[in-house]
Amino acid sequence: MSDTLTLGRIPLDDYAELLGAGEIEELRALASPLRGRSIQMVNSTAVGGGVAEILTRLVPLAEELDLNIKWEVMGGGEDFFEVTKAFHNALHGAPYHASQRDFDIFLAYNKMNREKLPLDAEFMVIHDPQPAALIEARRPGANHWVWRCHIDLSHPNRTVWDFLEQFVSKYDGAMFSSPEFSRQLPIPQYLFYPAIDPLSEKNWELDREFIAQVLARYGIDPQRTILTQISRFDRLKDPVGVIRAYRIVKRYFDCQLVLAGGSASDDPEGAVVLKEVLREADGDPDIKVLELPAWAPLEVNALQRASTIVLQKSLREGFGLTVSEALWKKKPVVASAVGGIPIQIIHKHTGLLAHSVEGTAYQIRFLLSHPEIATRLGEHGHEHVKENFLITQKLKRYLTLLLTLARA
Amino acid sequence: MNAAETPFEFVTVSYLTRIGNQSAGTLAELLTGLEHCSDASIFHHTFQTLGSHHFLTEGFSNDFAQWVLSDTNRNDLAEQLAVLDVRDYVSIAALRSDLCRVVADYCTVHSHFAGQSALERFYFCESVEVTVPLGRNARTLDEFRDGIAHLSHSSFYFHFISSRLRVQLRTNDFSHWLADGLGLRTLADSVNHIDIYTNTLDSARSKLLRLIDRERRKT
Repeated sequence: MSDTLTLGRIPLDDYAELLGAGEIEELRALASPLRGRSIQMVNSTAVGGGVAEILTRLVPLAEELDLNIKWEVMGGGEDFFEVTKAFHNALHGAPYHASQRDFDIFLAYNKMNREKLPLDAEFMVIHDPQPAALIEARRPGANHWVWRCHIDLSHPNRTVWDFLEQFVSKYDGAMFSSPEFSRQLPIPQYLFYPAIDPLSEKNWELDREFIAQVLARYGIDPQRTILTQISRFDRLKDPVGVIRAYRIVKRYFDCQLVLAGGSASDDPEGAVVLKEVLREADGDPDIKVLELPAWAPLEVNALQRASTIVLQKSLREGFGLTVSEALWKKKPVVASAVGGIPIQIIHKHTGLLAHSVEGTAYQIRFLLSHPEIATRLGEHGHEHVKENFLITQKLKRYLTLLLTLARA
Repeated sequence: MNAAETPFEFVTVSYLTRIGNQSAGTLAELLTGLEHCSDASIFHHTFQTLGSHHFLTEGFSNDFAQWVLSDTNRNDLAEQLAVLDVRDYVSIAALRSDLCRVVADYCTVHSHFAGQSALERFYFCESVEVTVPLGRNARTLDEFRDGIAHLSHSSFYFHFISSRLRVQLRTNDFSHWLADGLGLRTLADSVNHIDIYTNTLDSARSKLLRLIDRERRKT
């Protein structure tokens, strides 16, 4: 049931061209005291979701630094994942009545995994709530344990959080994606941003011909202004609000709107939202509502690169890494000031923040009127991502954390 | 070529951001936070943020000023906070004292703004610093130049900006060694006059390298 994952090599030196040789030398210097020392990452899924996507790249890069790193995936039955999915939603603030049976299922699978997984590395990094109770396997003083929380705990369901907190408070530290997402805990809490990989399909450079092909495939005119929001069809991403903002902009500027998200065919709620979006679009030929396949990194990359302005008009957001993806491509971004977005968009420096449909429309019009400002915001945004939200920076943060734990 | 007795040792730094327990939703709460937060927190929001946002050379100075500007819309106070120049400080206590004075004075004069809710809260964080030697050092100006040309941003920041607090002098590691190690006081002074607010780390490094090249041509 539990798995140790083996991943292909990703040469660290490939990043030197983008970041400079000094940055890679620095990673090697930071890793030097940790060479050969064991690190174990544990999460609950090998594929799908942001955590698996990051570990798939991060673990091979850590191996390049001669760290003895392993990635273990905990096992669980359908009943376990039903419970943890409900916990996940409840921790995000959704209404939920947890029963004793739910807690028993959670504890039983964690116990089973404690018996199967080695859990004896010098540094144990446990991701998200599912494996949080593995900490019970720790022998006093034997190794360092940290908990990485990828979800927003700012308004959690009290019962579920109280249950989890008893385990979390036994760790040596916890990492959150934003200060806003953290909790009052008796252990140190650290800021760990999610990251994008500049050499992944979603972010690597594309040739113009490929971008043109993608635009042609979806009937988008490359000669006219393109406003884009890439998001699943979810009310919290406010696609209807995006259309309303576009309509205000359209009174003053000729433009097209691209709303691209994963297919809603296997997501009942997504299908409902998609219908609402199509109703709001009302047959406007300049609104392109695209249902992309579940994994379409090259199309997303091309649409972002072809955009004049990228939007992220969410009503609520985790970190919102699509913002960093757009900034990396030097695109001006107009986004809502929610969740982790203000960390990425420093207002008037790396993009523009908005708080309403009208505000979003105003900021878009401002950028369309001042293309030189739009260009500068995009360039600063690119530098901001380079300094803070790349996978190499994430690796550096992990090295710093491990050195801090080792020296404590 | 002149060689220093004590070599310049290149070091790099990495910061972990620790989330504190304090936050502010008004200017009055910002003042309370400034009075009570740790030295590591003042460092994080002033010195360290200057390094991590070095690419912003127009109007970004420190996190306090940026929050006051974008979340409380008090441009005049933001300007007063932004003009505090970290080069004028060799201790966090002195910097904290000035930050508190500026915010307290503003809240006294504009008491109606002191309790107004900000758009987003300000979260006090701290920097946890880890330094590691890069295993390279320099005894001559040529070796020094070569070392600087290959430094990462963090390492350059460590030697050029945050060093003031370490050496407790109104200078930086590079100038300190150029003057004391190689006796090049004029060059050291010129290096110390490179503006860290209107330059990115890359452009500051380019200026520094040009100054060194000019000195090498003299010899």
